[in-house]
Amino acid sequence: MITVEQLTKRYGEKTAVDSLTFTVRPGAVTGFLGPNGAGKSTTMRMIAGLDAPTAGSARVNGHAYADHPAPLTEVGLLLEARAVHTGRSARNHLLALAATHGIGRRRVEEVIELTGLGAVAGRRAGGFSLGMGQRLGIASALLGDPAALILDEPVNGLDPEGVRWVRELLRGLAAEGRTVFLSSHLMSEMALTADHLIVVGRGRLIADLPVAELTERTARDLVRVRTPDAEELTARLLGPGVAVTAAAPGLLEVRGATSAEIGAAAARHGLVLHELTPQRASLEEAFMELTRDAVEYRAGGDGAGGAAGLARDGAGAARAEDAAGAHDAAGAAAGAEAVAA
Amino acid sequence: MSAIAVTHARVARSEWIKLRTVRSTVLTYLFAIAALGGSGLLVAISALERWESMSPSERAGVRIHEYVLAGDDLAFLALGVVGVIAVTGEYTTGMVRATLAAVPARLPVLWAKLAVLCATTFALMLPTSLVTYLVGDAIMSQRWEERLTDPGVLRVVVGTAVVATLVCALGVVLGFLLRSTAGAIATLFAILIVLPMTLGQFVPEIAPYLPSSAMLSFITVSPEEDMLAAWPGLALFAGYVAVAIGGAAARLKRRDA
Repeated sequence: MITVEQLTKRYGEKTAVDSLTFTVRPGAVTGFLGPNGAGKSTTMRMIAGLDAPTAGSARVNGHAYADHPAPLTEVGLLLEARAVHTGRSARNHLLALAATHGIGRRRVEEVIELTGLGAVAGRRAGGFSLGMGQRLGIASALLGDPAALILDEPVNGLDPEGVRWVRELLRGLAAEGRTVFLSSHLMSEMALTADHLIVVGRGRLIADLPVAELTERTARDLVRVRTPDAEELTARLLGPGVAVTAAAPGLLEVRGATSAEIGAAAARHGLVLHELTPQRASLEEAFMELTRDAVEYRAGGDGAGGAAGLARDGAGAARAEDAAGAHDAAGAAAGAEAVAA
Repeated sequence: MSAIAVTHARVARSEWIKLRTVRSTVLTYLFAIAALGGSGLLVAISALERWESMSPSERAGVRIHEYVLAGDDLAFLALGVVGVIAVTGEYTTGMVRATLAAVPARLPVLWAKLAVLCATTFALMLPTSLVTYLVGDAIMSQRWEERLTDPGVLRVVVGTAVVATLVCALGVVLGFLLRSTAGAIATLFAILIVLPMTLGQFVPEIAPYLPSSAMLSFITVSPEEDMLAAWPGLALFAGYVAVAIGGAAARLKRRDA
């Protein structure tokens, strides 16, 4: 359990974290989501006692981080910037950290095996790829078999296989009843990993809700139809409250009618359908909707800001790519819109 | 095996692992040993060779310990650098965040680093200084006479290891205060080399109280008129280091990592 109350961090004039209050519960994966520069890393560093808050407090399992006699058994920490001496081998790095708590060599070898570092544990960490570095960071976090995990961008730099491994690991740890708190600017990753979301922008809390609720909140009523008889189907469907957009030749996007109604209409008029897909709102879109005002650095013109890299990332699952595709199609079809009055 | 928790002894053990497992600190230690021992041997042999060409007054002015321990300055600087990089290596790589997350009380890390580096430095430099003196003395005693038991000589030989240890501690402290390798090494060199050459030259009244002069008093058999006596010199130098340790402790405790 991680409890954050009115947590605030100011650097001179700039407020990086602004009166954040939230609770991260055990037994679930909680995503900490926000565009770059939203204050996620600063919040995590304050929870771990590395940065002192300007105001407010953070507690882990009931106590301030620094008050725990064995903090590595309470919280496993993976920070965004690598926290490893480049000149030391992975094994020696883990042995040195373990030694502070009297954690034995056996546990060090266990986490090396668990994170798949066996073959490279004797090599200097400075020569590690980004992915290996992340695995070493995760190994360090697991060293004390902690009740809670705080992970800043844990899938950064991992290949798709590594991403899946982290996802399953975190879900497994949450299923064991641990508190898992991970940050990301990638909504698609959160959609697959997290049960609950805490969304921040410009240091402020934007939303604190289950992932499912976020999807519902921004649910759209849109059905994609692929048909060789696009013109006739459009004519048949149009009516009060129904809008049809020709996204591409032979591809329609219908608002205001369910897929059942569209299918029935097509059958009634003997029209051929190749595809009939209800579009669910993607979390990425929901995220962009939520953080639109809070995005600090906007990418040139597209308004997607920190989330723009989403669909290109290896982690971008089918759903995310779907969403991006729907977006593009909608944009391209802007000229060919037929809306019933 | 007692329960899993952070203790001072365990933090010290962790620092001992860290010190051994980075190549740069190990190599710099070896360099310091070679600087003191190697230059001692070289100077002793060279003095013996030049004996023939020396004037009687030159011959009379030679003190064996001064010749044999001539590499001490270089060794001190190297050991100061060991102290610096043992700390700044953590700050520049980000390792310090892992260290402080494991030991959130923070000050135990400072005490452990000081304890481990001081103990290691003293344990390495005391035998180096002793062996260097004994070997150099054996070579030079063909022409000159001096014994370890002569007044002040043992103090200088042991004192070389003591001063080396304090300079290493100063390096650790500068590392915590400045966090940057270049900044801390530059400051260390400024204190030990530049300060006596500038301020010490132009304001002779304060010259004996500079850190470099104070430590020199302790490793000189009979300090000159314008220097502090041996033990007050050591006390002052240790005092400077202690004040710096206090500053480093306050900074480590307060500042964001």
